[in-house]
Amino acid sequence: MTIFGVALLAICTLIGVFIGDLLGVALQVKANVGGVGIAMMLLIAARVWLTRHGGLPHGIKLGVEFWATMYIPIVVAMAAQQNVVAAVRGGPIVLIAGVGAVSVCFAAVALIGHLGRDRTHEAEVEPELERGGKVIAGSFQPGDPEHAFSTAKGA
Amino acid sequence: MLHMIEHVFIEQSFVAAFAVVGAVMWISLAISKRFTAGRVHGSAIAIVMGLALAYAGGLVTGGQKGVADIPVFAGIGLMGGAMLRDFAIVATAFEVDVVEARKAGLLGVLSLGLGTILPFIVGIVVALAFGYTDAVSVTTIGAGAITYIVGPVTGAALGADSAVMAMSIATGVLKAIIVMVGTPFVARMIGLDNPRSAMAFGGLMGTVSGVAGGLAATDPKLVPYGALTATFHTGIGCLVGPSILYLGTRALLG
Repeated sequence: MTIFGVALLAICTLIGVFIGDLLGVALQVKANVGGVGIAMMLLIAARVWLTRHGGLPHGIKLGVEFWATMYIPIVVAMAAQQNVVAAVRGGPIVLIAGVGAVSVCFAAVALIGHLGRDRTHEAEVEPELERGGKVIAGSFQPGDPEHAFSTAKGA
Repeated sequence: MLHMIEHVFIEQSFVAAFAVVGAVMWISLAISKRFTAGRVHGSAIAIVMGLALAYAGGLVTGGQKGVADIPVFAGIGLMGGAMLRDFAIVATAFEVDVVEARKAGLLGVLSLGLGTILPFIVGIVVALAFGYTDAVSVTTIGAGAITYIVGPVTGAALGADSAVMAMSIATGVLKAIIVMVGTPFVARMIGLDNPRSAMAFGGLMGTVSGVAGGLAATDPKLVPYGALTATFHTGIGCLVGPSILYLGTRALLG
């Protein structure tokens, strides 16, 4: 059933955010530390576990992937509620600090992004990556290939 | 008549948000196909349109939440709010290649460290150049260059002036916007085309909204990898901002 997928996603998110809050308290930070990242790892673990134990039921997949396909529209809604006026009117300090910080970080991505890259593995999983891209772009078609088996054995 | 339509939009605000965002996506895809022959991603155009709407909304209402401050568009606030954004980000993890993500783990940690320190240094240099000399203000502005959440959290912890706080938040928001809009343009130059560099990108850029938007506009398949590291960034920034970074800055300024 589709709701099982949505519920799985919800449970992973709730547990992840809860652990993130606990980490925040433990580190005495007034913020959630990596809750969403932890939730993502839980969901990855759940997928691997399900794939190994008799495959992913269609309903679960549908329930999770629906929300992945809604990702871009949600990001657009997120963009539509940023405080753009304040950012634009911030004055020279804001402008220079913002542009400077982003430029330096872009440069750093260029420098460290290719450290220890394994092109053979990338080529192996390329169809899987493409499939994921299509799902997240919201343009996955029913006839497109399913999850390959290779992802399950990797964990 | 118009009043009744308005009433429906307000009563059904969340449903209305789907219709509005759907319309924005549809127009953006049409623009992408017809005027750029698909070279500029439809989602990139949609994000820019979202930001333009946010600017218009901010001008009209004088509020801080862009178009979501207009009552008929209030549902957009829920649809694009932190709750559903995080929910959708977690869902994208379903498409992650486990081996690739695990191999890039160390790179992610390295990029998180750099992604906290580099923007902070840029922020404090700019603050110093503009004549700020007290450690609290300088640290708060530097922290804003990390993300727009780290800035106010650090400023509040240190008791910074409210004008400095506002500047710090604005710097973080501007950073997020530049990352959203600018990433597709520099993606090829900085080698952002594979899961590893996406994980480095997430840790270095940090700002979850910026990374979420920037990668969506560049290549959707990279989204979960960038998000995986980016979501740790704000927490780490809030941890070191009011502590190590403040003490370091204070020592530096004497």
